[in-house]
Amino acid sequence: MRIDGKGLIDRNSPIEFEFDGVSYSGYQGDTLASALLANEQRLMGRSFKYHRPRGVLTAGSEEPNALVTVGQGGTQEPNVRATMQEIYSGLSARSQNRWPSLNFDLLSVNNLAAPFLGAGFYYKTFMWPKSFWEKLYEPIIRRAAGLGALSGQNNSDKYESAYAFCDILVIGAGPTGLMAALIAGRAGADVILADENTLMGGRLLAETDAVDGKAGHIWVDEVLDELRAMDNVRLMTRTTVSGAYDQGTFSALERVLHHTNDRPDGAPLETYWRISAKRSILAAGALERPIAFRDNDRPGIMTAGAVRAYLNHWGVSPGRNITIFGNTNDIHRTARDLLSAGVHVAAVIDSRHDAPLSDDYQVLRGAQVCGSAGRTGLESITVRRASGEDRIHTDCLAMTGGWNPSVHLTCHMNGRPVWDRELAAFVPSPDAVPGMIAAGACNGAFSTAACLRQGIESAKATLTALSLKTPNVSAPDAENAPYEITQLWSVPGRGRAWLDFQNDVTVKDVKQAATENFRSVEHMKRYTTQGMATDQGKNSNVAALAILADATGRGIPETGTTTFRPPYSPIAIAAFGAGAEGSGFKPQRFTTSHHASVARNAPMIEAGLWYRPSYFPKQGETTWRQSCDREVNMVRQAVGVCDVSTLGKIDIQGPDAGAFLDFVYTNVFSTLKVGRVRYGLMLREDGYVMDDGTTARLGENHYVMTTTTAGAGDVMKHLEFVHQGLRPDLDVSFTSVTEQWAQFAVAGPKSRDLLDELIEETIDDESWPFMACGSVQVLGIPGRLFRISFSGEHAYEVAVPASYGASLFDVLSERAEALGGGLYGMEALNVLRIEKGFITHAEIHGRTTAYDVGMGRMVSQKKDCIGKTMSERPGLEEAGRERLVGLKPIGESKQLLAGAHLYNEEAEPVRTSDQGYVTSVCYSPTLETMLGLAFLADGPERYGEIVKMVDHLRGVTTLCEITNPVFFDPDGGRVRG
Amino acid sequence: MRISCPFCGERDRREFYYRGAAVDLERPLPGAGADVWDAFVYLRENPAGETRELWYHEGGCGAWIVVTRNTVTHEILRTEHASEARS
Repeated sequence: MRIDGKGLIDRNSPIEFEFDGVSYSGYQGDTLASALLANEQRLMGRSFKYHRPRGVLTAGSEEPNALVTVGQGGTQEPNVRATMQEIYSGLSARSQNRWPSLNFDLLSVNNLAAPFLGAGFYYKTFMWPKSFWEKLYEPIIRRAAGLGALSGQNNSDKYESAYAFCDILVIGAGPTGLMAALIAGRAGADVILADENTLMGGRLLAETDAVDGKAGHIWVDEVLDELRAMDNVRLMTRTTVSGAYDQGTFSALERVLHHTNDRPDGAPLETYWRISAKRSILAAGALERPIAFRDNDRPGIMTAGAVRAYLNHWGVSPGRNITIFGNTNDIHRTARDLLSAGVHVAAVIDSRHDAPLSDDYQVLRGAQVCGSAGRTGLESITVRRASGEDRIHTDCLAMTGGWNPSVHLTCHMNGRPVWDRELAAFVPSPDAVPGMIAAGACNGAFSTAACLRQGIESAKATLTALSLKTPNVSAPDAENAPYEITQLWSVPGRGRAWLDFQNDVTVKDVKQAATENFRSVEHMKRYTTQGMATDQGKNSNVAALAILADATGRGIPETGTTTFRPPYSPIAIAAFGAGAEGSGFKPQRFTTSHHASVARNAPMIEAGLWYRPSYFPKQGETTWRQSCDREVNMVRQAVGVCDVSTLGKIDIQGPDAGAFLDFVYTNVFSTLKVGRVRYGLMLREDGYVMDDGTTARLGENHYVMTTTTAGAGDVMKHLEFVHQGLRPDLDVSFTSVTEQWAQFAVAGPKSRDLLDELIEETIDDESWPFMACGSVQVLGIPGRLFRISFSGEHAYEVAVPASYGASLFDVLSERAEALGGGLYGMEALNVLRIEKGFITHAEIHGRTTAYDVGMGRMVSQKKDCIGKTMSERPGLEEAGRERLVGLKPIGESKQLLAGAHLYNEEAEPVRTSDQGYVTSVCYSPTLETMLGLAFLADGPERYGEIVKMVDHLRGVTTLCEITNPVFFDPDGGRVRG
Repeated sequence: MRISCPFCGERDRREFYYRGAAVDLERPLPGAGADVWDAFVYLRENPAGETRELWYHEGGCGAWIVVTRNTVTHEILRTEHASEARS
């Protein structure tokens, strides 16, 4: 029911919206909850387990009951709290967890089955027969229980992540936070004030008390005006600070566009903030707790603070005939507010025997509400007094069991709250989060005056810590009423009294957990699921552990609390992961020849973050093998061109560059002549192979190292570590130049013919023998030429600055074609290297040593190097080690498969008789057979013997001859020729 | 979590790569013996309290940094460049 003249809504801006297909009208400034209550729609959802009818319990982000689904299709969002969802024109919300309709829910039969669904029912019922659980019980339970559902479609909404930095982060903009921000702002500090609600002001917007002689919301507006005028203060509304992390880092979720249908293209729906603050002030307020009594979950029963918020903030009375029940002076504040707004108050039930009386309304002292009635909403309550039980007709019960300070963020770094006996609540332990001060209601200060005072004190302490001067401020006059609580957690009696509304946990469930010896609060929580729903038990945890404490005969402080963990309120995975989906998760790196390769229809494959062409299909070729075979033959017979820019290139300079390379490579580089290239093997300190590649000496103090494509980043880190951490005495420095140079392999008997036309310098065997390198002019561009080969052919790699890469690639491919050659891709490159027995990361996979790959002698005996000592461990050179060999099929089956295992010909192919495994295979058009590289026990001593390859997954068995891994041109004549 | 790079100042931990215990800096001599090498390569303490770790400012200046950190409170007590942190 809307109340005239109350609330901060804009009555000149009516808004139409839909709930469960029915049109309703509200005002600008309404939440879905306030607008539905204004339309006297109390029923908003069905409960998780028992499908009991539920309405709003609260008016804030802690709401457990009124969860709705907003939107359709990919943008459908479940479990939106009606108390946080602002209405806008076109809003369409639907209730959840009901079938066929909210008013008539067939699954509420679960409610009748309640005796079987109590605490721990998962562990006790549905146990037999065992196979029924997965096929029958679980699917049924999953369908019957639950919250809202996702659409299953891709979400098209945009989410964003952002960073902010400040001197002081003030969390919460109630009286405490506003006061603290005002003083910090006046002192000149860089301040962020964040609040989860649409309007700042906190409880000042929900109460009628004056501040500084004016209405609370007027004082709020004045403070906000002053803050807005300060350049050093940022105000963030609709922003929930969700977590406190190390070194002053905070997470916050900003709900950017949930309140409007006007969503410009590309604008984020939500922004996930990471805020780095030198200091912080927690002014998160407090959450009101319900009292557990029989059937305390009927729509129309809500917290007293929520009733005042709906009345004072939104101009809505949640009922026409309201009753009030509780154990603090707040119930009288509620009665006064309702009466002055002209709402009928049927009765005020104060559990305290010494409760204050009133001339304006009837107070039932020392009384308790012990039950409620009504089908889909509250119709009456039962009140128990010494004289007996009475039924009172009412459509709304405002209840309060006291307030819990919102200590959540103070616990995110393992802080434990402390029990305050006088407040009957947990308050933060001091310095629970370094640099954070808790102030106001979240620190147990429950009057406005105390909040304002703590706001000033916390700002002062924070400014002092930042060496800033505090301006002179005195606290404005404000409400300073005593709290005066008498503990009341639950009203004794039969039936179900609800604690955790979202997970359907009752007082009886908690007591049963204690009876079954789940006495630890953490055990009770998991056994009953108390506090494990999306609201994390914000309304119910303290009452539940008070009941547990009572049931186990302990005090509340000894019982302790469960652990509050981030996030404070639910955050969509999409917001957490904002910016890290698609290419944000995995960036794409493209070579300078990328477009030309794609234009030639080359299928691109991923190599780390890079994309490389698999093969270049020609007209008439229908399979990759046809293209690959042609490209291999082309390289062996004429000339092929391949982009090899993705290999890591590290420029190494300094007088000690040679000495440094001697230390990171197993072999010697300091003796390498200028103008020469050497293959190098790098070990990890544990003696296993880390990476390999060639390193060229371009000058006395200048080398350029190549790494494998995948290993580039790790090698760079490794070099920096070895230099900075182990050998800072060496004068050497490193720069990654992978992206600065475009580099192309030109391989094949006609490679020199091709390059002769492009390179100004003479390149003959005398000036450019195998493994020579140096600077050249490539069509007038300063470049580099390396005579190295990964194919076993007479080959070069030519490098030019990356900006010339695309055009050089075009020139090279054109000229190669003119010589009867062309481009080749990764498939052909792989065949060429397997034919030559060259290794890649398929062989140096982290579990093989230099000895295993047949390079044991490359570990120089003349010097120390990384990994040398450990590579000499006896076990790494002993007989029986699996070492690199070649394989050729010789039986009926001609198929070799990577990953297959090797067995002696007569042995049973089982784990215990395993002899090794295949790492790389290809079909060799050169040798017209499949070839494989493998690691085989004592392999190099068994050339000519036969082994059996078995692929258990694909069911293939092939007899193979063990060969030298260099299948083609073993004496290396072609590479020199 | 924020780490102070001795060259760049305080930065978000996402700019850093974590390696492990700073023991890696104390590389033994080649002839130090199997036990010493075994300890250097494989054996690590797992303290509840102060620990020295190596972090690489990969998204920044490329410095290897020794971070002295309390694993219980997560407090960062000291950061220094690896070349200065060697004992």
